[in-house]
Amino acid sequence: MSRQEENLFLTSLTIRELRGLLLKKEVTSREITDAYLSRISALDPRINAYVTVTHDEAVKKAVECDAAIARGAQSPLLGIPISIKDIFTTAGTRTTCSSLMLKDFIPSYDATVVRRLKQAGAVMLGKTNMDEFAMGSSTENSAFMKTKNPWAIDRVPGGSSGGSAAAVAAGLCAASVGTDTGGSIRQPASLCGVVGLKPTYGRVSRYGMIAFASSLDQAGPIAKDAEDAAIMLGVISGKDSLDSTSEAMPVPDYASLIKGGIRGIRIGIPDEYFVQGMDKEVETLINNAIGVLRGLGAEPVRITLPHTEYAVSVYYLVATAEASSNLARYDGVRYGHRSEKGRNLMEMYKHTRDEGFGAEVKRRIMLGTYSLSAGYYDAYYKKASQVRTLIKNDFEAAFAKCDIIITPTSPTPAFKFGEKVLDPLTMYLSDIFTISCNLAGIPGASVPCGFTDKGLPVGLQILGREFDEATILKAAYAYEQATQLTKKRPAL
Amino acid sequence: MPITREDVLKAAELARLALTDSEIELYTKQLQRILNHVEKLSGLSTVGIEPTFFSVAKSGFTLREDSQEASAPREGALQNAPQSERGCFKVPKIIE
Repeated sequence: MSRQEENLFLTSLTIRELRGLLLKKEVTSREITDAYLSRISALDPRINAYVTVTHDEAVKKAVECDAAIARGAQSPLLGIPISIKDIFTTAGTRTTCSSLMLKDFIPSYDATVVRRLKQAGAVMLGKTNMDEFAMGSSTENSAFMKTKNPWAIDRVPGGSSGGSAAAVAAGLCAASVGTDTGGSIRQPASLCGVVGLKPTYGRVSRYGMIAFASSLDQAGPIAKDAEDAAIMLGVISGKDSLDSTSEAMPVPDYASLIKGGIRGIRIGIPDEYFVQGMDKEVETLINNAIGVLRGLGAEPVRITLPHTEYAVSVYYLVATAEASSNLARYDGVRYGHRSEKGRNLMEMYKHTRDEGFGAEVKRRIMLGTYSLSAGYYDAYYKKASQVRTLIKNDFEAAFAKCDIIITPTSPTPAFKFGEKVLDPLTMYLSDIFTISCNLAGIPGASVPCGFTDKGLPVGLQILGREFDEATILKAAYAYEQATQLTKKRPAL
Repeated sequence: MPITREDVLKAAELARLALTDSEIELYTKQLQRILNHVEKLSGLSTVGIEPTFFSVAKSGFTLREDSQEASAPREGALQNAPQSERGCFKVPKIIE
């Protein structure tokens, strides 16, 4: 094989496949890391997945991993090159949240997710692009650049973890970690044809994950297939004394649990998610997927989630209220951008925030501030939080009748740049299938389930019970074994 | 509920955002559209329904042991400050 063919081969492999080669000493972490770094320099100028590439640190870590492997060390990600959404703090490496506000911010500590990945032996290749402060569904709200969908360069990768999903799809990293507040892992995974998992709220520590909406935010893996997602989830999960909302539930060995098959598993099909106006091709592909799952021994059952139509409204009140409070910290005093304008402290605050935040971030801060302000709290935030209870109850009732729930991840495949960005409400409605999961706190994944006639990937969403990521991954694994859809790669 | 230019100005003041006139105008229109959409919540009865503020699972919030630990080093805390002096954050004049 030529060097180019060798690089193409290495960057197409999964974590499991790379681990096999590393342990058999057929390849070194340095070789894999170099293959990824040269693919990034060749391809990323077209894809724009990375905000920062940590070339030197990656090479240094790979060399350390090779020494550890030679000593017989074993850890789940030893020597595996990954990327990290630029929302996780990385000690000594710029962390921007794709915002001018944090353009030059260099954290002094690692997020718990990052610390766990590094301890498990992962080689960090760099930080990936996103919608500013994770607010968006197309990554068009990045202050720095537009990330392209590797399957169709004129289309968005989804968002907000669009850089991570595009990087995994384009073979610019073996896997990535993103965050999901209303679909920000699952929707880009769907639009880029990769696997993305939002774990149960509390499964993964949020320490060092720059806050957007604290009652909804959760970190999770974006990977080439379900097995890799399971390996990543096992590494990042678990109680953390630095996040009081992280749960002390035991972390199962997801990677081995997923292989049991799905015979007898009941899959709930919610009436409310298969409505008029859905993209015909998406509908057909999801129905085919249900057929495949049935063929594998799963039992479809009709269920109802009656408060689904309120989810988008609840989400945009709750998430913006929390965001307006969380983003109050960007005041130009302790870190981040500070305006040169303004003669006193108050004016400095206002100009700093006006200059540092982009349009979508300001819009959400404004909505959140308005709906929390005197006279509106009961009508908006409190009301939304009550309806959130009803949505949570819907899922509890549904899970009495089924073990997982199947829906489309996104109502459409990847859309074109500029198509929705001018109309915030239309963009918000594109999150319609992913939002309820965050409001209820349950886990959910997106797995590739086919392509449209134009060759655009479509994702199948699998929702599960609280802390039952294993059953979701089991279904995802069985499905991808049957269809081999996660083996497809875009031609770049 | 109709949202006025004054409402938007008040929210901008509370949010410490120095918005331009065109931003004020744009946000007034866009917030109105979004608020019209969420208006559908008011048609749903929620009498006696407890609000969910956090999706915390079974164990609820747990507090850590109140023990003495080292805090972040001062130079780390100050390294990103736009302006600092003698170990403190420096800000523009507060009182004229």
